[in-house]
Amino acid sequence: MSEILLDVQHLSHMFRLSKHAAIQAVDDVSFQIKKGEIFGLVGESGSGKSTVARCIMNVFKPTAGKILYHGINVCDPKEFRRNHKMLEATRQIIFQDSASSLNRRMTVADIIAEPMQIHRIKPPRGSYRAEGAFQLYYVGMDDSYLDKYPAELSGGQRQRVAIARALSMEPELLVADEPVASLDVSIQAQIINLFKHCNRDHGHTILFIAHDLSMVEYLCDRVGVMYRGKLVELAPTGELYANPQHPYTRALLSAIPIPDPIAERNRPKTEFDELSFDKDGVFTEMAPGHFVLRKENNR
Amino acid sequence: MEALLKIENLSVGIKSPAGKVQAVRDVSFELHPGEVLAIVGESGCGKSMLCKAIMKLLPKSGKIEGGRILANGIDITNYSEKDMRKLRGKLFSFVFQDPMSALNPTIPIGQQIAEAILVHEPKLPKEQVYNRVISLMELVGIRQPHERYKLYPYNFSGGMRQRSVMAIALASNPKILLADEPTTALDVTIQAQILDLLKEIQVKLGTATILVSHDLGVVARCADRVAIMYAGKIVEIGTAEEIYYDPRHPYTWGLMQSLPALNKGRDELKTIPGMPPSLVNPPAHDAFAYRNEYALEMDYHQQPPMFQITDTHYAATWLLDPRAPKVAPPIGGKANV
Repeated sequence: MSEILLDVQHLSHMFRLSKHAAIQAVDDVSFQIKKGEIFGLVGESGSGKSTVARCIMNVFKPTAGKILYHGINVCDPKEFRRNHKMLEATRQIIFQDSASSLNRRMTVADIIAEPMQIHRIKPPRGSYRAEGAFQLYYVGMDDSYLDKYPAELSGGQRQRVAIARALSMEPELLVADEPVASLDVSIQAQIINLFKHCNRDHGHTILFIAHDLSMVEYLCDRVGVMYRGKLVELAPTGELYANPQHPYTRALLSAIPIPDPIAERNRPKTEFDELSFDKDGVFTEMAPGHFVLRKENNR
Repeated sequence: MEALLKIENLSVGIKSPAGKVQAVRDVSFELHPGEVLAIVGESGCGKSMLCKAIMKLLPKSGKIEGGRILANGIDITNYSEKDMRKLRGKLFSFVFQDPMSALNPTIPIGQQIAEAILVHEPKLPKEQVYNRVISLMELVGIRQPHERYKLYPYNFSGGMRQRSVMAIALASNPKILLADEPTTALDVTIQAQILDLLKEIQVKLGTATILVSHDLGVVARCADRVAIMYAGKIVEIGTAEEIYYDPRHPYTWGLMQSLPALNKGRDELKTIPGMPPSLVNPPAHDAFAYRNEYALEMDYHQQPPMFQITDTHYAATWLLDPRAPKVAPPIGGKANV
């Protein structure tokens, strides 16, 4: 359990807009994901959480920093090439928008089998089609969907197909980039249960990115909070929700809607003052496992 | 209290290649001045179509097939497009889900708000229009309105865009504001701000609001009354307290149980099994019966009528029939939060 699967060290990523302008999307972010845990990454849009996910998946090349997966630095082209088969087969990503991440000209059966065909994996259940049917069954759909196209499916079903495609490789690390953001509440619950099941029964390690904090609280073991490219707080879920330290985390937690009209109307809200945000703080350990970005001198 | 908007047995049908979709089936409700009515349901349950039917902004393939819409006691069901144009903006305005596609990317924000004012008062002098725009921008919480008057939508963040859309909607002091999932595209923190803004506007201007959402958690913050929609019908309607603390319809139970906030410490989230039925040929009996673990034999035969629980609280489920077995609701009461 305590073996570290993914070690992100001082990761930075900058998007060049023009000669003179650049956006620092990720700024010196470090965290570790242990084998078999669900790690949540939350923050508002534009805080850089998707960029972190894409750096981990080698979609973007980070400007600085290292990402160690099984001790292999995936950002180093040489090391990557030497291990690319293992790296590509054991890490999978699920994107937010399943309408654009699935090829609309392929049937569901082809979509699910494609990663296996690329890696020339012999289908363990006889044929690619049987494998597709199994994966569909696993995510809660029956085999009548095998010959359908993504356009014929509803949002929740498409997201399940995307998950089935990722799971068909039996990945060690599953990166889920806002997988439920575009879905209905009741469908969200089904997908969340599915993630929980994957983690518990199959030991997949999951990096779960979301902006819905109540989902994260329910699902994740540890949570990192990002703001403007910085990781501002990192703690075990219970600890973070019970005892938030950074003012941004407090503001974020106070914004979670609770389904109780009287309590909700009378609840004070914490506003976060953007100007008070100090980028130059140091990531300090406040309690065992609880890190906060704060100024050095007020320790 | 006189109802500002009264919907009576409204039905909407939309032609599609698969057949006629009965998007809204026999919906009745009232909206009183100065209240926030939330309409909650899964996607495809007809809540957006209901709003569009009220504004008469239905797509060409859609048609109001029955029922009446009474605004201020006047029947507007058969109003022509020309008559409706006079009402839109003045009597009711619409806030769309996606603020980026609701704004024109090539026109500065200030001008777009001014446009909405000029539609109803074309002869207003320029200076007064400008002042009105500035006060509207202040009302919806856009700081430094003078500097931002000339900025374009792409200069604004998602929350600011949604504020601008609301400024446009409020330009001619509408009596009714229809907000169709105004916060779905936004972050949690911004969402809370926009909801507070909705409530604030409603208190300041006395605008009645219909808030459409799929999330019961979001609605709790500002709704006075809540209507739950399923398969084109309102299945439960009541004050916010009644719906949250004393829900009666199994579908409302299901919606509430699937919220993670009410599942703390539980191993698995409760879900509603299955999918909503197709509305091309909706079942003649209770449309929720197949997904309902509390379904009675009766649910498969006949549509339940609206049972009255209190003066304001109604629910359409056979469980409320005096002959039905007593079922203890799995959720509700203040203890669960």
